[in-house]
Amino acid sequence: MSTSTETSGGSGGTPGSVSSSRRLALALRVVLALAVVVVAFLVLRETFDFLRNENANRLAVVGVAIGIGVGGVFALYWGMNRAVDWFPASFRESVRPYVFVGPCLVLLAVFLVYPVFNTLLTAFKDKHSHEFVGLDNFRFVFTDRNMLRSIRNTAAWIILVPACAVTIGLAFATLADRLRRGEAVAKSMIFLPMAISFAGASITWQLIYSYRPSGYGTNIGLLNGVMLGLGQEPVKWLQLQPWNNLLLMVIMIWIQTGFAMVVLSAAIKAIPDEIIEAARIDGASELQVFRRVVVPSILPSIVVVTTYMVINAMKVFDIVFVQPANAEANGTVVIAERMIKWFFLNGHDGRGAAIAVILFFAVIPVMIWNIRRFREEEAIR
Amino acid sequence: MSVSTVDPPVESAAQQGELEEVGRGGWFVRITIVVIVVLWMIPTLGVLITSFRPEALVDSSGWWTVLAHPFQAGAWTLENYDLAIRAGGFGNAFLNSLAVTIPSTVIPITIAAFAAYAFAWMEFRGRYVMFVIVVGLLVVPLQMALIPILRLYTQGVTLFGMQIFPDPHLDGTFLGVWMAHAGFGLPLAVYLLRNYIGSLPSSIIESAKIDGADNFTIFWRLVIPLSVPALAAFAIFQFLWVWNDLLVAYVFLGGAGQNRVLTVALRELVGARGENWHLLTSAAFISMALPLVVFFSLQKYFVRGLTAGSVKG
Repeated sequence: MSTSTETSGGSGGTPGSVSSSRRLALALRVVLALAVVVVAFLVLRETFDFLRNENANRLAVVGVAIGIGVGGVFALYWGMNRAVDWFPASFRESVRPYVFVGPCLVLLAVFLVYPVFNTLLTAFKDKHSHEFVGLDNFRFVFTDRNMLRSIRNTAAWIILVPACAVTIGLAFATLADRLRRGEAVAKSMIFLPMAISFAGASITWQLIYSYRPSGYGTNIGLLNGVMLGLGQEPVKWLQLQPWNNLLLMVIMIWIQTGFAMVVLSAAIKAIPDEIIEAARIDGASELQVFRRVVVPSILPSIVVVTTYMVINAMKVFDIVFVQPANAEANGTVVIAERMIKWFFLNGHDGRGAAIAVILFFAVIPVMIWNIRRFREEEAIR
Repeated sequence: MSVSTVDPPVESAAQQGELEEVGRGGWFVRITIVVIVVLWMIPTLGVLITSFRPEALVDSSGWWTVLAHPFQAGAWTLENYDLAIRAGGFGNAFLNSLAVTIPSTVIPITIAAFAAYAFAWMEFRGRYVMFVIVVGLLVVPLQMALIPILRLYTQGVTLFGMQIFPDPHLDGTFLGVWMAHAGFGLPLAVYLLRNYIGSLPSSIIESAKIDGADNFTIFWRLVIPLSVPALAAFAIFQFLWVWNDLLVAYVFLGGAGQNRVLTVALRELVGARGENWHLLTSAAFISMALPLVVFFSLQKYFVRGLTAGSVKG
């Protein structure tokens, strides 16, 4: 790509003609670049008008939308990379990294960083974010009974959900790797819940946990079906404190184990066969191979998956939120659910924002741990 | 095996067999897997069975009772699906979901892959700080961002009473949803991809540089093909996330317009009465169909041959 610049410059004979041909080439480039921008703008405007057209054929609209969305992002990078090639060679390569990370940083700045500062500010303001109220909202966060309970519950979610999901996922990935046949089928079955939305999952688990008091119809939940089959009374599972928290965690474990399993399975398969074979030939037992070879090799992936799940568990709200039973009365409150509750349902911007800020700071230890790993990895290389 | 301990000659033969069997599935492996799979399938099975049962039966007997006498007349029906498809206007909603999901998957992956490569293999000022900030953003709860972004889409940016960025009219458009999903998905994408791309052997990258390849070429011709498993894995998760998302689509595309997606249509089908299980279950299965197809068709990317040897640092 950079060769074109050199050949066009070097083709001239005398120094004078070189500079004039260079100037001409530069002018042409500027005109061309401007033309490209104008044409691109016109095309984009036309397409967006088309996409807004209510009467247009839906299939055509959708096709154009997909084409623009997918093609656009590739065109962006290709275009920017070409543009950098036209820069003076002296600082071309120091600009290029910013072209690579630039779009990422811009998007993040607009969609995450700006809202974070917006929320930080709101956390110190009153209900309708008009006036500053100092630390009032934070005082509420650390004294309200339900808030304190939600902090304890979230701590349990953070520990139990990732621990169970990663353990089961790793065990399953390891075992499934040894199947001669049916590995793909078995893995798909575990992964299947990932394809269900949280709302769908809560419908799904109603078919397990559902409870109806006698006289209000048959119990159509599986667990109570089992209880009745054993001659026991049906149980209000989701109001059974504190176990109802555990039952809700089971839903998330059910969904997320597939994630852990697929990522860890990919990592296990990336371990070169020779290493494992060599360990076996040296007489290592299967357990030793697993503990001394497999786990150390996939440790980065385990860390990534666990981090992701800890953060996910911290942010969990839909599972608790869509339950028909009242979270406050049943003691199943979690931090993120409290935030939505105060922000959207109770309309108290300040308290909602303060809870969001607490959530945000709670993850800092996880981050520090990750950053340390990132640096260690750099040092090894 | 117990026989082999009695008879020495057999033992050595058995041991030899065992050596070949090592790392292969024994009974323990098979039984454990079957047990986990069955446990995991029970809830889904409940939904599948319920979705094919007549409304009256769904409400009067547990879904598992049908397993006792599965061929009884009137035990099964397709009516729920018919009702769900016709009542929900699912044709357009399905297409809209595609129009939202495909770009919302491709855009963040492309952007994140470029950034991940830069963070892993390019030298520039502020590299650590930027990466740490990106990973830190993993923790920002999505819900925290919705209201500021919606204000941005409908009002532009106003600072001290002055309009510094005009109203972009992005609410209700696909572009608005793509950018929101891309923004929200980027931290995880960058984090996962940097981890993977960073673990590629440095010798490969170095030798390509010595051969005179520029960064764009290395990225496009070398890093991307080597990272297909990670890219495919993230693509699947982002696809599922966006496809199943209700909140972002509802906030930015609205509940009633032309661009209404599948989950929003589902929600409206559910309506106020949450106990319509015959409809809920069939609708849930319709929305699951495409994610399952995607997963099954991309699964080959997880196959051993693709990653073995070439990719481990």
